[in-house]
Amino acid sequence: MTQPAQSAPRDPSGPLDVVVTGLPSDAHTWNLVFMQLLLEDLGHHVVNLGPCIAQDEIVESCCKYQPDLLVVSSVNGHGFHDAEQLVRALRARWELAGLPAVVGGKLGVHGAEGRTGHRRRLLSAGFDAVFHDEEGLAPFTAFVTALAADRPPPVPAGAGEGAGR
Amino acid sequence: MTSFGRFVAAARARGALVVQPRMGFSDPARMRAGLLATKGAADAVAGTLTIDSYTRVGDEPAAVRALNADVPLNGYPITSYSPLTSHWVLDGIPGPDFPVQVRHGSASPQRIVSALARLGLTATEGGPISYCLPYGRTPLVDSVRNWQQACEQLAALRDIGAAPHLESFGGCMLGQLCPPGLLVAISALEALFFHRAGLRSISLSYTQQTNPTQDRQAVRALRRLAAELLPDTDWHVVLYTYMGVYPRTPHGARALLERSAELAVRAGADRLIVKTAAEAHRIPTVAENTHALRIAARAAARTTAPARADGHDRTDNPVYAEARALVDAVLDLDADLGKALLAAFEHGYLDVPFCLHPDNAGRTRSHIDAAGRITWSDIGALPIGRVSAPRGARLTAGGLYDALTYVQRRYDEAPAPRSAPGPQHPADDEHAHDLLEV
Repeated sequence: MTQPAQSAPRDPSGPLDVVVTGLPSDAHTWNLVFMQLLLEDLGHHVVNLGPCIAQDEIVESCCKYQPDLLVVSSVNGHGFHDAEQLVRALRARWELAGLPAVVGGKLGVHGAEGRTGHRRRLLSAGFDAVFHDEEGLAPFTAFVTALAADRPPPVPAGAGEGAGR
Repeated sequence: MTSFGRFVAAARARGALVVQPRMGFSDPARMRAGLLATKGAADAVAGTLTIDSYTRVGDEPAAVRALNADVPLNGYPITSYSPLTSHWVLDGIPGPDFPVQVRHGSASPQRIVSALARLGLTATEGGPISYCLPYGRTPLVDSVRNWQQACEQLAALRDIGAAPHLESFGGCMLGQLCPPGLLVAISALEALFFHRAGLRSISLSYTQQTNPTQDRQAVRALRRLAAELLPDTDWHVVLYTYMGVYPRTPHGARALLERSAELAVRAGADRLIVKTAAEAHRIPTVAENTHALRIAARAAARTTAPARADGHDRTDNPVYAEARALVDAVLDLDADLGKALLAAFEHGYLDVPFCLHPDNAGRTRSHIDAAGRITWSDIGALPIGRVSAPRGARLTAGGLYDALTYVQRRYDEAPAPRSAPGPQHPADDEHAHDLLEV
């Protein structure tokens, strides 16, 4: 038995369960509140872990909640390093290897050149998408909508191993 | 020894509003130059030593590493420099006409308080709720215990003839969108917490928000509550210039600062912490700070206080009614105020809208109504059902963005004085994350 008991399959047409989080060194709150309301406006359920949260606590919270999506938001310009370490820790856990995870905001203090490099590094470290604030919200909402539509059909209860993502 | 409270009272007696910056640099020479420059900026100025964020969270090794690597910090690392260095920074500067206050933001302030006391300083800022909930995840129970100890450390300075002063940061919380009744209640409860720990020189804070009438009611409510709750105490109200998303145009930023100075004088706040236009983007320079102090002091000098700006405001005041209901409900929870505060957050009797701290219930929501007042859209379990106004609709993400930028838009879009007619639009680069750097 490899699947935690509480992660029973959900109705694929229903709302996503999303964990929104800040990063260990970022004390900003309003970006996290905004992302929560945005996801709620789209009809999804949100657990918001808040600002200044330790990496281990983010990983443990994902194990506990088994969300359909992790949204990392950071705006203090130092988020890149914390986010890279976080996603490596996340992918090191087998339960979370397939968890859709995205990061966005103001991730670095450099311009467009830095952004391209950051995106490549964060994607190769394990994020499924990277959103820089200059691009606006449309790419993010498109990603969430596609994820909600593309979810695999529910596996009948008791189907057991491999039922995760 | 310098008395912060006596300095503010003397300024009040001669009709001057005390103005004060938020200023901190890690370079000792720059810190000293900043203090000297602000000292002469206006008639009544209080000096500020703002502490860096590594020291705030107790990570002194990181502060020392940064100093060794010549990396500037966002404040003065008071616990990492030798007392010799800090004595040099302060040498000859604090005095009866220029008290220096330490502002930090720590939920574990004991070491900072020891350090400032060693330097002969006696004034600082904080509170068990206001320096905990908005920043990070220190459990409230730890913050209450830490602040109890810090208050006792400060109060003990009275034994050596000092008049230690403590300011509650409770009037700010997340900087915007907190209904004034709750801000006033938290500030008053923290002031009472200080009083019970033995402090007798206290200031209570409130942040300028979206509606001048509501702001005036809030400052008066705070004064009335202070008079009721703090016997035998030298207290005053300190106003913070708007702490939310700031106007981007120079005329908008200046007008907002001037309105805050006028509000302070008209509503009876004796001290104003100014904001510089640069603050939203970076640490302001010394020159930007002194400029803001001069603008605020001039605006205050042009404004006359109404005859009855004293503490005996008995007119119908909805902010007072709400704050008093909250304070009474919290005080009824436990004879020990620290325990009462913890129980209040547990029961949702105090619940800061949009605050994500694990000890905040998170069941309240607020919005800006048609008149520009901050009001509740959901009171959660707050014990104010009988006194609060009808509730509004839940905010959407777009609504939140509009609410957070309400003040910025209003001030940026107002025509600049003595310039080309028509509204001025700031750089049109609005997108979601832009607002969130506050």
